Amino acid sequence: MPLLEVEHLTRSFTRRRGIFGPSDAVRAVDDVSFTLGRGETLGLVGESGSGKSTLGRLVLRLIAADSGSIRLDGTDIVGLPTRQVRALRRQMQMVFQDPYGSLDPRMTAGSIILEPMRVHGIPMGERHRRLEDTMRRVGLDPAQAGRYPHQFSGGQRQRIGIARAMTLAPRLLVLDEPVSALDVSIQAQIINLLQKLQRENDLSFLFIAHDLAVVRHISHRVAVMYLGRIIEVGPRESLYGTPLHPYTITLLSAVPVPDPVLERRRSRIASFGEIGSAAHLPGGCRFHPRCYRARLVAKQPGTTAATVAGETLPQRCVEHDPALTPLASGHAAACHFPELPETRSPIAERALTLTQELA
Amino acid sequence: MLDVATQPSPVTLDRDAPILEIRRLRTEVPTSHDPIVLLDDVSLQVHAGRMLAVVGESGSGKSMTFLSALGIAPPPCRVAAGSVLFEGKDLTRFSPEELRRLRGAGISMVFQDPLTALNPVFTIGQQMVEVIRAHRAIGRRAAWAHATDMLARVQIPDPPGRMHAYPHQLSGGMRQRVLIAMAIALDPRVLIADEPTTALDVTVQAQILELLDGLRRETGMGLVLITHDLGLVARYADQVAVMYGGRVVEAAAAGPLFATPRHPYTRALFRSIPRLDAALEEDLPTIPGHPPNIAELPPGCAFAPRCWLRGARADCETERPPLVAVGEAGHRSACLHWPDMAHAA
Repeated sequence: MPLLEVEHLTRSFTRRRGIFGPSDAVRAVDDVSFTLGRGETLGLVGESGSGKSTLGRLVLRLIAADSGSIRLDGTDIVGLPTRQVRALRRQMQMVFQDPYGSLDPRMTAGSIILEPMRVHGIPMGERHRRLEDTMRRVGLDPAQAGRYPHQFSGGQRQRIGIARAMTLAPRLLVLDEPVSALDVSIQAQIINLLQKLQRENDLSFLFIAHDLAVVRHISHRVAVMYLGRIIEVGPRESLYGTPLHPYTITLLSAVPVPDPVLERRRSRIASFGEIGSAAHLPGGCRFHPRCYRARLVAKQPGTTAATVAGETLPQRCVEHDPALTPLASGHAAACHFPELPETRSPIAERALTLTQELA
Repeated sequence: MLDVATQPSPVTLDRDAPILEIRRLRTEVPTSHDPIVLLDDVSLQVHAGRMLAVVGESGSGKSMTFLSALGIAPPPCRVAAGSVLFEGKDLTRFSPEELRRLRGAGISMVFQDPLTALNPVFTIGQQMVEVIRAHRAIGRRAAWAHATDMLARVQIPDPPGRMHAYPHQLSGGMRQRVLIAMAIALDPRVLIADEPTTALDVTVQAQILELLDGLRRETGMGLVLITHDLGLVARYADQVAVMYGGRVVEAAAAGPLFATPRHPYTRALFRSIPRLDAALEEDLPTIPGHPPNIAELPPGCAFAPRCWLRGARADCETERPPLVAVGEAGHRSACLHWPDMAHAA
């Protein structure tokens, strides 16, 4: 049994336009299902507005779900009363992006790290032993427990945030962009630290990030989100090596590789427009307004095409919302015309040349 | 009337003469004791039609260099030495009013966060017209028409309609395009883009960089990209300057810089970033410690406390290494022991 099983999780927010304006429902997370094993890292990637951060907060019950289930070790936590949720929190902790903004500037590092133990009633004598132990494990000097957040560097502040999450010996960490605010030379230190902690404690990570290279490095499996939905999920090697969804391929082709010789030979997929808003979801496949593949398929003989906003697209893409469908081992995509390796379009083939060679 | 739009861009064909040259720039914050040195001995050249990437971590001085050069370093920072040559004139001798006229017209800047750079209570059109008319003696209608052309030039759909939009009605990528349109509206010879895509998603980032890259090729303006994203540098830059602790520690054409970095910091930095095409290893190579506090720089090389190029090297701790030529044409490094890098793993 996986540690975490999420099924059909949905959450909408209502947003009013102006004081008297109409309100519209934004489906931030729309029918999302996934599992996370013990000691496993699931990378969650997507652009801003994809719902990845909301999904992380739903899993921790920091915000409530409208529907769906979240099972931790087989126990559904969606309907659990608040008192029992508190006990569950010991097992699930969060690490935030901005180590400065998420640490109270008036508290010392030591009291920040002690806080969860105080809340959860860890005996006094135990607390200080754990404090020192945790600080050492995350690479902080326990002698610095009396210092305030501003007296630490950005990387050390993120270590404090990680220590705070680790003191209760959790089994799951939700990490929301944990390295994206850090300097490049510090990112690698924190990534290595997280991997070490995972190995030592059999921790599971839900690792939310927009940086596809960082996610590739740290994840065992990766899920790609787009406008509230997981549109592709698979083992790391297979998702980066043979991505199936045109959106994933577009994303991968947009990430520049730090090598001028390789990078200047690479072909990019021009993506149409921007992600848009979940408040105005396009009908059918939510990616169709930006999809290169739909435009190619529409031109093929035998495709029933429809014209939307002056563009010819396959009728299925415009009218039917594709379900996440298994297409390879552990690898699923929500696309009517996935880029299967044997029938891959030349555009995708060119864009993937580099990543395929080395995945 | 409409001469703004049709004014020819001054394209310099002499590729060896820089349009903008920063020479030995030093910026300080005065204190009651010794001043804090934010920038020391920074020299950079921007050439027509080419892209100079300035890379470095926070506090390395990459943004401060250009804020200082344009006279907009926030007080109490002040330029203490050096010169900034633009079209034969030294900007460090300009009056605040002369600098104000130059910014936007001769040299423009685009910043990271397009929302804070735009005024929320005015339409895009109003703001663009104001900028244009502050620098050019043209009528409102002509300025409006020119601004509309500029929106088209940065590939904003429906430019006449978007002129009436307020900033919050546009997406982040569209707002950044508006700022670029404003920045190029007065035909600058140099455009300085400071982390222009850091707040944007990767697919939009690619669109914005393609746009900037195309504009510098079309107009012949010199482009400075201040960034920490080495992938973007690899794709677009002609020249690269790597900054660390308020100094340029390595400068070269992009090819040689990536192929054979000649400063231990540059090499360590390249190795520490996860890449889409890298073999997957358990641990990433790291640089120990953290970027230096600019107020507490060691007397010698600022990177010495983190340097992997080991060996008994007392001089690194006492001697500030100068940026010197290192073999290949135009490749410079501020490492006293760069030849030893070839032998070190």
